[in-house]
Amino acid sequence: MCSPHRTDDPSHRTGEGATGLVRFSDLPPGVLRDIALVWLADAVVGVSFGAIAVGGGLPVWVPVLMSLLVYAGSAQFSAVGVLTAGGGPVAAAATGLLLNSRTAAFSLALADDLGRSWTARLIGAHLVTDETAAFVLAQEGRRQRKAAFWISGVGLFVAWNLSVLAGALAGSALGDTDRFGLDAAFPAVLLALVLPALRGDSAARRASAVGAVVAVASAPLLPAGVPVLLALLGLLAARRGPRRPRTASSRSAS
Amino acid sequence: MNATLACVLALAAGTYVFRLAGPVLHGRVELPARVQELLTVGATVLLVALLATGALTEGQGFAGWARPAGVLAGGVLAWRRAPFAVVVVGAAATTALLRLAGVQ
Repeated sequence: MCSPHRTDDPSHRTGEGATGLVRFSDLPPGVLRDIALVWLADAVVGVSFGAIAVGGGLPVWVPVLMSLLVYAGSAQFSAVGVLTAGGGPVAAAATGLLLNSRTAAFSLALADDLGRSWTARLIGAHLVTDETAAFVLAQEGRRQRKAAFWISGVGLFVAWNLSVLAGALAGSALGDTDRFGLDAAFPAVLLALVLPALRGDSAARRASAVGAVVAVASAPLLPAGVPVLLALLGLLAARRGPRRPRTASSRSAS
Repeated sequence: MNATLACVLALAAGTYVFRLAGPVLHGRVELPARVQELLTVGATVLLVALLATGALTEGQGFAGWARPAGVLAGGVLAWRRAPFAVVVVGAAATTALLRLAGVQ
């Protein structure tokens, strides 16, 4: 329990920190615009997800309920893919779970940034996605990280669910979304988001390079989701290198 | 119960358990700084693997040349510190134009 009479906490005076309220002004300039762009991009993917699911013969409630409760784009696509291909509900759930097991790693990495109260943690946990993880990891300060998490997370949840509903209602009228090149936009978004983390950290660069090679090389051989998890083997490459604080590094100038 | 509904609920419950790992373990287990650092690097590794497989593979096969070319274009723009919107539009437009030109 945290006592309301504690006066040595400097954040107590203004009420921020203690209540954990997040403000748009906590984000560095430009970050909100970046976040909004991802909302928009994900909304387009959401529309195509809804349309693909209904176009594949599923009733409207399946993509809508899935988006609200599962809330994980790639797992939803794979589960719907298995379902509409006649693969059966058990295979669909197993594939989706395999894909989503990486959210456990993200949730461990972000645990500090959801907030202190259990309400914040229980609600925040549902908002842990690739996108929110990438936005949080791109921020330095604690307040900035928390703001990036909640603002990107809540907005993404709203955008995703509204767009899936719209897509499901519109049915298959949209056609093949690949011709808009959106399948390239998403890896590019992730690339832009991880670049800052890679620029200043040679251990992360080594680990990521090894991990990416492992994942791509094993992708033709293993079921969806496993190659990405295997990429964590790249962490062995991060451990082996010499570790020194950033200030002591001689070559990593940028 | 409807089998599809059961599938959705099982997937939702399992996914939420994964996502709770961080908040539930947080504060109970004091993670050494070294482990926290590894977790952060691990999240970066996962994101890079996700983007690499997303750029190069479709299902269990090669995604074709148009998509990785678009991602590469986006990556170059991001490296040159182009605005985020330019990165996203550049990647999608490159792929869309290549497909329009017949490159798959």
